[in-house]
Amino acid sequence: MLNLILRRFAIAIPTLLTLTIITYLLMHSAPGGPFTSERPLPPQVLANIEAKYGIDQPLYKQMWNYIVGVVTQFDFGPSFKYKDQTVNEIIARGLPVTLTYGVLSFLAAVLVGIPLGIFAAIRQNTAVDYFANAFAIVAQVLPNFVLGPLLILFFTLWLGWLPGGGWNGGYWPHLIMPVIALSTSYMASVTRIMRSSMLEVLRSNYIRTARAKGIPEHIVIIRHALRPAMLPVISYLGPVFVGMITGSFIVDSVFSTGGLGYYFVNAAFNRDYAVMLGVTLLLGALTIFFNLLVDLLYGVIDPQIRY
Amino acid sequence: MRSMSKSKEMQEFAENVVDAAEVQGRSLWTDARARFKKNRAAMISVYVLLAVALFAIFGGYFAQWSNEEIDWSILGNVPTKGMPSIENGHYFGVDDLGRDLYARVVQGSGISLMVGLIGAIVAVVFGTFYGAVSGYAGGRVDGIMMRIVDILYSVPFFFILVLLLVVFGRSILMIFVGIGLVSWLGVARVVRGQTLSLKNREFVQAARATGVPSHIIIFRHIVPNLFGVIIVYGSLLVPDMILAESFISFLGLGVQEPQTSWGALISEGTKTMQYGTLWQLLIPLFFFTVVMFSLFYIGDGLRDALDPKDR
Amino acid sequence: MNPTMKAALFASAVAFASGPLLAAGTHPVTGEALADEQVFTYRVLDEHTSVDPQLVEDVSGSEIVRDLFEGLYNQDAQGNLVPGVALSHTTNDDKTVYTFTLRDNAKWSDGKAVTAGDFVYAWRRLADPNTASAYQWYMEVMGIKNAGPVMAGEMDPSELGVKAIDDTTLEVTLENSLPYFALTTTHTSTFPSPSWAVEAHGADWIKPENIVVNGAYTLTEHVPNERLVRERNPMYWDNADTILEKVVALVINDDSVALTRYMAGELDRTEIPSGQYPQLKESHPDETVVFPRLCSYYYMFNLRDDGPEALKDKRVRQALSYAIDRDIIVDNVLQGGQTAAYTFTPGATANFTVPAVDYSTMSQADRDAKAMELMAEAGADNLDVTLVYNTSEGHKKIAIAVSQMWKQKLGVNVTLENQEWKTFLDTRGQGTYEVARGGWCGDYNEASTFLDLVQSGSGYNDSKYASEQVDALLAAAKTSDNPQPNYTRVEEIIADDMPIIPIYHYAGNYMIKPDLKEWPIQNVEQNWYSKDLYKVAK
Repeated sequence: MLNLILRRFAIAIPTLLTLTIITYLLMHSAPGGPFTSERPLPPQVLANIEAKYGIDQPLYKQMWNYIVGVVTQFDFGPSFKYKDQTVNEIIARGLPVTLTYGVLSFLAAVLVGIPLGIFAAIRQNTAVDYFANAFAIVAQVLPNFVLGPLLILFFTLWLGWLPGGGWNGGYWPHLIMPVIALSTSYMASVTRIMRSSMLEVLRSNYIRTARAKGIPEHIVIIRHALRPAMLPVISYLGPVFVGMITGSFIVDSVFSTGGLGYYFVNAAFNRDYAVMLGVTLLLGALTIFFNLLVDLLYGVIDPQIRY
Repeated sequence: MRSMSKSKEMQEFAENVVDAAEVQGRSLWTDARARFKKNRAAMISVYVLLAVALFAIFGGYFAQWSNEEIDWSILGNVPTKGMPSIENGHYFGVDDLGRDLYARVVQGSGISLMVGLIGAIVAVVFGTFYGAVSGYAGGRVDGIMMRIVDILYSVPFFFILVLLLVVFGRSILMIFVGIGLVSWLGVARVVRGQTLSLKNREFVQAARATGVPSHIIIFRHIVPNLFGVIIVYGSLLVPDMILAESFISFLGLGVQEPQTSWGALISEGTKTMQYGTLWQLLIPLFFFTVVMFSLFYIGDGLRDALDPKDR
Repeated sequence: MNPTMKAALFASAVAFASGPLLAAGTHPVTGEALADEQVFTYRVLDEHTSVDPQLVEDVSGSEIVRDLFEGLYNQDAQGNLVPGVALSHTTNDDKTVYTFTLRDNAKWSDGKAVTAGDFVYAWRRLADPNTASAYQWYMEVMGIKNAGPVMAGEMDPSELGVKAIDDTTLEVTLENSLPYFALTTTHTSTFPSPSWAVEAHGADWIKPENIVVNGAYTLTEHVPNERLVRERNPMYWDNADTILEKVVALVINDDSVALTRYMAGELDRTEIPSGQYPQLKESHPDETVVFPRLCSYYYMFNLRDDGPEALKDKRVRQALSYAIDRDIIVDNVLQGGQTAAYTFTPGATANFTVPAVDYSTMSQADRDAKAMELMAEAGADNLDVTLVYNTSEGHKKIAIAVSQMWKQKLGVNVTLENQEWKTFLDTRGQGTYEVARGGWCGDYNEASTFLDLVQSGSGYNDSKYASEQVDALLAAAKTSDNPQPNYTRVEEIIADDMPIIPIYHYAGNYMIKPDLKEWPIQNVEQNWYSKDLYKVAK
């Protein structure tokens, strides 16, 4: 296990470096720049501004300076668009937001999806099963950019129960709709995967044997079936996490939560190089970390796995 | 993207299929077909999908308006005059600009289905090629190629896709390529794993001994043995592609007007849903949902049919 | 309410309110019952760029800066100049030296007096290349002496043509005579900044904990991409007449979501989503507000040498312009009180009368007939045109409608190209387009801010239209006391050469809660000041 962790860390460095270079090159080849504006700046003004942000230097030098700044001082530079903020400040503001609703949605997807899947499997072809199936299918295909505005219409305008957006320091009423919007489709997938893998396990020979031995059904399920049935769900968790980061853009733009997803997409549109790089690097690092976590969990549940 | 998950599950599945394919040859496919036909949900889904595909191809012949023509008499009064109606020829009503929604849904269905299909093909072809080469070459080359896949796995791909569309401008081609390129990693891993094991089988060894060049071995002997896996994987990728396209449309980076897609139509419908033009959301959403259902069932059905474990 | 009126009522207002709070009483002038809670919450589309007066570059940032800082002059509800920090000004005969007299009771929020030196500091700061402000060029628009060399770093900022004679006298020297110079001082980049705070905290001086302001409000909270809160500044010289206690700007990216939240009572003001005005007007007649803006929407032709050949024929350009039914665009597509445009400068511009040009007086049927005739004359059948616009629901709708008009009336084959903003700007700036969308809002309320766009040397002239006659007329208008005849002539020439197709003049479309009073709908530049607003009891 230690071996796995070390290997992942070793690979994390070239990964992030590659990511920086790819992003840098793509960014700079995009038409227009951070200071392209509707009223083109006089060349003199543009030169002054480019000098201030250091983007008048050759590309390799900029890249080098950036990497040195990040590595030695953990300084991601200033935002080109939001003059009052540095990228560090933007991350400090956006990361807790994204992580909070991300982790909550993740938990919601797992904590609702797994039991629902298990029950559906145990009670196959009953009302519970039909409900779980119907939910899973509808929820999985409803895009969250449709679901989000629907939730606001329903809970804010018609019922008047929840605030229609904003973060408000993470005060809980502001969390409910973002978490629903982000978790629903993954909850559905988890339910589906859990159900089908549980069904498969329940049909296997060793479960039949256990039952034949007269072990009570609930013990058969908890002791013997649960563990192997969980494996496919766990291998799905990595992608759930990645999907949630992707979906965070929609949550941020619908609910004005101010997380990192919104910053990234807008930084791409604004050509706010520093913000885009900072956020990409951070999300890349998070993805690596999370994939590692999932693999470790997999190892815990399935002792046969050797790294 | 959901697809990346499939790798571990798929790896197991692939082993079963490849083994079976080698042992049983042709009969695997006959068996699989028989079993697929018994799967009612999957069969219904095939017919539904077929119906939507026919609708996308031939639906245009029944349209009384083109997908770009504005009905000037309705423009400006869409909520009151633009609802679905047989009389004025707008079977599905009109969109926010007075354009015939029927014609637009027909044309959008075409685009979305194509994106799903071509995106999946791009991913599968590229992934298979990469995986087969890596697995067949083995050793250091394999090590490096797989490390690259590992690295790319950690890239927040959706963002790279946004960047690609920003850099190269929007075009259907870019959407196909972009979405496809995002999803080939899983395919590559599975294919590489299978190639590693196939490479040591007798028929490959025999080919090698008689001096058949590597690229021919890969394409004549290895890849055909992986067809089952590839088809199932591909079918599971299609709905992901369609979802990804809808997301791109939501960002405003989708296809160019007057072309449209389900994602674009749904996203437009969402914007106006509270202003009394709900059909603009519900109709495209219906098509989208029905096709996604069908694709899920077909994917699952194919997997079950080709998986010899259950027999 | 204008400041002089305010001053007259100062005593009674103070007597009435036993403290800085005016809430929960009646309005000192109108006698309306005021709401207990004087909080104004409005929606902004996107996070502002900065609240630093010299660095801010966007509209939503400027709105905040106008509350936090006060320049020489403010605008009233009609857009007329009213005293801000300056009480009045005098000028020499040829209008090259302006001398402003500042009030002696203006204070910064830390208690220091606002002096002429603070303006000198701010203006030098704006022109200083080290500040690297995107609005540096505004010093040149103002025509301040030596602005060019200072910006280029060839001269020290202290050489800039602005100096403090004493604490309350500011003297500005211009390169050339500029009759409307005083109008330019309402722009946020000319607002004073506190040198001591800037020097003490550097770039962080605008953080809520460090900021020093001289406006009616001070910054109390800023959560990027979510909310910005400003609250009454007790040191402001006219604090006693300020009624709103607190102003909250919420960032909401989506128009429809913003409207839903407005309907749910979370906002006092939001923009009406494109095309929804008629319905909302019916359902909420007291809350929909529409008013003309100082902005024009147009399509531009690429007239560069390497541009499309067919569009070099002015008959083709005219035909394309004539064939656009502006009434349909305005009444059926946008439906938000916009006005059809046949000339570039909006009628809302001060001291400007929209001239009648040939085609503006025709009926649409005549225009269509004429357009077909022109196309035939030019021999341009099967014309292929690519129309570029940037990603936005509104631009998309107009582009589609126009493309259909061209296609159906003239048989033109139009390819639409939707580009995201920066790509679009790059395309336009590089001249790699055929027809492109354009929108222009006046920097100040005078026709030259529009017509300069068709000057051959203008950096904003993305058509690269060049006419010696237009250039000469505009140059002469600069120093003329009555430039209208020149402007009329220029509009006539444009209507004939048609380097751009004017389509409509903007209108502002807001939902405003009926208890919020004094929204300056007659201010075409929409320079609003929270201190002039108040809320009445429901």
